[in-house]
Amino acid sequence: MPIDKATVAKIARLARIRVPEAEQERLAGELSNILGWVEQLAEVDTADVRPMTSVVDAVPPMRPDEVTDGGRRDEILANSPNVARGFFTVPKVVE
Amino acid sequence: MAGLYDLTLAETRAALAKGDVSPTELASAYINAVEAARPLNAFITETPEIAMDMAKAAEARLARGEGGAMEGIPIGVKDLFCTKGVPSTAGSHILDGFVPTYESTVTAKLFAAGAVMLGKCNMDEFAMGSANMTSYYGPVENPWRSAAASNKKLVPGGSSGGSASAVAAHAVLAATGTDTGGSIRQPAAFTGIVGLKPTYGRCSRWGVVAFASSLDQAGPMTRTVRDAAIMLGAMAGHDPKDSTSVNRPVPDYEAAIGGDLRNLRIGVPREYRVEGMPAEIDDLWRQGIAWLKDAGARIVDISLPHTKYALPTYYIVAPAEASSNLARYDGVRYGLRVDGATLQEMYENTRAEGFGAEVRRRVMIGTYVLSAGYYDAYYLQAQKVRTRIAEDFHKAWESVDAILTPTAPSAAFAQGEKMDDPIAMYLNDVFTVPASLAGLPAISVPAGLSKDGLPLGLHVIGRPFDEETVLQVGQALEDAAAFDAKPGFLAG
Repeated sequence: MPIDKATVAKIARLARIRVPEAEQERLAGELSNILGWVEQLAEVDTADVRPMTSVVDAVPPMRPDEVTDGGRRDEILANSPNVARGFFTVPKVVE
Repeated sequence: MAGLYDLTLAETRAALAKGDVSPTELASAYINAVEAARPLNAFITETPEIAMDMAKAAEARLARGEGGAMEGIPIGVKDLFCTKGVPSTAGSHILDGFVPTYESTVTAKLFAAGAVMLGKCNMDEFAMGSANMTSYYGPVENPWRSAAASNKKLVPGGSSGGSASAVAAHAVLAATGTDTGGSIRQPAAFTGIVGLKPTYGRCSRWGVVAFASSLDQAGPMTRTVRDAAIMLGAMAGHDPKDSTSVNRPVPDYEAAIGGDLRNLRIGVPREYRVEGMPAEIDDLWRQGIAWLKDAGARIVDISLPHTKYALPTYYIVAPAEASSNLARYDGVRYGLRVDGATLQEMYENTRAEGFGAEVRRRVMIGTYVLSAGYYDAYYLQAQKVRTRIAEDFHKAWESVDAILTPTAPSAAFAQGEKMDDPIAMYLNDVFTVPASLAGLPAISVPAGLSKDGLPLGLHVIGRPFDEETVLQVGQALEDAAAFDAKPGFLAG
């Protein structure tokens, strides 16, 4: 199904990527091409096939629910572009 | 020491053991080679001081008789691996200024085994690409040139293109790569080196910047099959910090190579003879079949009927996982931040400026196929077809022990080619993606030259956790091919 400009704008918003209106038309074409190409998967008979969830035959490991790490506030904040008083900061969201 | 740069990893290890060269002499020689290789743009960050410190420590350990499997061996590290105190960019603008406070498990294991880090290798942004053209730090050049157009710069393949070029140009003895759909094997083929993607779960993914978590796997890129065996042994192993890393012993991979193939059955999948494949690729494949037959293997025609659906499946599954993994780049916790009036605007501005065109495209495809109303038609169907593809291989293992195919449908191409057609670029991985989707180990071995004098690779796929057979067959191909051509540009 071809993607139109409005859909590009919607996906861009969901993906939190600003796409200027001037670029939406071109992206709509590119994404439509790729999606048109992957649509051939619809012709594969997948009745009674289980979707793959793990590629290796392994049982997810269990471990005791214990704290094994922590107390690394300064390390965790070290790479943030903007920190104040031991916290990450973001633009104001509540007036 | 004369001819130092021509020694393989295994030969260098022997020279170090005999005292013909010391780790610090070796490190200085390779630091010079990394500098000489700068025209290739194979490194994002060079770490000569770290290399010398590590070499001194290696020297002390060797003197005490405590050398590890990689003691004193200078390597490149793909910039997808987080390295403590050293910038780790994933080839992206959005990780500007990011300096990890921790070490990835694989690099920690390599360093514990004595490896010496020369620098961080350039790569396609977030490992998304097959030509190393998408890096924020600029394209990487292949040290090989085509005889037909020797003025044109060629791509090294991708995404581990910097690692591949550095190994091929003798700027490093070996390098780490990562492979999601072919990112170790295709660049290895394009640059005339060996690249091994281990079984999913063999190497820990902890501390490796995530692209598509159900496919990503780290592996060695080296000059020879033996070197790959040595390096894999130092990278592999269980890690409680990666719940998908598998808890089973790491065999002595080096011991697995050598010997004839008399008890092995090699599958040749008829679906890999794709339309429009150049005759020289087909010829090389036939040659490979003949070599393995000569080595004693039994050749078996097999069918992997869902092969043609592997690439479209990959281009749903990988972008879907990427859109989720890359959600963490929000301008808040690390890397680039581009201000906006609101939180939403700050996110959107940061991600628009921080991600390159290919990454934006894949994140948007992934977002779309996971969005309400489309999830079943795209993502769920792709996961079902992925099961079918894995079943094809599972069935093949009833009659064969390994599978032989070409690595890539062409030799290296010029920088800038295929850039306006994403699907043409994706087709580079047509032979490597199926094994990725099935989580299988596979190796690319340089096996011949194209008519234009460019390296071509053969590809061996094995059973889950049977890297030993993959290496054994790879060694047989290496022995028979006796590939000794060198690129026009050598840094050392």
